[in-house]
Amino acid sequence: MSGPAEKSDCWRWEESRYTNPGISDWRGRTVTAGVDIGSTSTQAVIMIGGELYAYASMRTGANSPDSARSAMSWAMEGTGMAESDPAFTVGTGYGRVNVPFANKTITEISCHARGANFIYGPTVRTILDMGGQDCKAIHCDEKGAVTSFMMNDKCAAGTGRGMEVIANLLSVHVEDIGDLSFKIDEEPPMVSSICVIFAKTEATNLIRQGWTKEKVLAAYCHAMAYRVVKLLERNEVQEDFAITGGIAKNKGVVKRIEKLLGIEALATEHDTQLAGAIGAALIARDLLTRAKKKEEAQ
Amino acid sequence: MIAHYGYEDGSGEYYITINTEGCGACGGKGCVAACPAGIFELEADDWGRDAAIVKESARNMLRALCAGCKPQIGRDELLPCEAGCEKGVIVHSW
Repeated sequence: MSGPAEKSDCWRWEESRYTNPGISDWRGRTVTAGVDIGSTSTQAVIMIGGELYAYASMRTGANSPDSARSAMSWAMEGTGMAESDPAFTVGTGYGRVNVPFANKTITEISCHARGANFIYGPTVRTILDMGGQDCKAIHCDEKGAVTSFMMNDKCAAGTGRGMEVIANLLSVHVEDIGDLSFKIDEEPPMVSSICVIFAKTEATNLIRQGWTKEKVLAAYCHAMAYRVVKLLERNEVQEDFAITGGIAKNKGVVKRIEKLLGIEALATEHDTQLAGAIGAALIARDLLTRAKKKEEAQ
Repeated sequence: MIAHYGYEDGSGEYYITINTEGCGACGGKGCVAACPAGIFELEADDWGRDAAIVKESARNMLRALCAGCKPQIGRDELLPCEAGCEKGVIVHSW
């Protein structure tokens, strides 16, 4: 029996898996895989001949190797595939060195650029990766190769984890924040601090002053958008522009980023959290092709 | 590839920029030796080319680690890492 969401469960975004119904059998074809262990979520992607075959997206656990195995076995569920079947696996993300079955590790910067190129197409030049605990501004060429990147330190401020904390604090489901943040009469001034610790205190004070939850969420989404736009502008925004990572699903932040930049972000039907793992699986395919060519030449 | 690592605080934005295209032909590790806080390392990038990077463990601590080289009256024109880089591909925004 399920009741209304508990306050402490509001951050819990939906874990998911998918198998491409258009691919009937993988046997005899080139199977590559990518595993992206982020600070907050883990994704495993399986690609066949450069086509998305299956994926799983779940919460990162306390143990990174276990998270990698769980995500991969969930992605393979019902496919008849075993961990040893992908011909090449690339590990990426914060915990990339902890993917026990990876043939190589690649930085999440390269993988997000390549993944965004797949998800949004070859016209993408600027990618904003809004992850669980950091943000990166990346420039890439038409092949999805990184030409420059910018990363800012700080902590969970203005990232997915920060949004989860606010969701719990206001007892609002994290996936509803975007829509709720627009249920306001006029855009409120942004919160002055997006540090997770201070934002909690500030949000509590605003609620006490009579602000609605929606108004607090609008102020928080606005502050988060402002922070990442400053990062983007420092590295110059070249169109087309796209956002990857979990926050790309939050309209409340995305629309405010678009408004501040005066540029629309590309839209996609793909899950934006998969960009890193898709990029890893595609790079795995390139590395496999390269290794085969080298073998043939010898 | 041009890599920017940095932070922002009440006093402004601070970034270290490395154009790693210059690192492949260097191999001198001048930046690694020159940084008093030891934030640089030379490693093969994703495609096997040598590149100077800011260590992952230092990326969230640049505010503290770079503080010793922040502008002061009478300091040299180039910061230690800029002076140590033989190819001149490390620059700072401060």
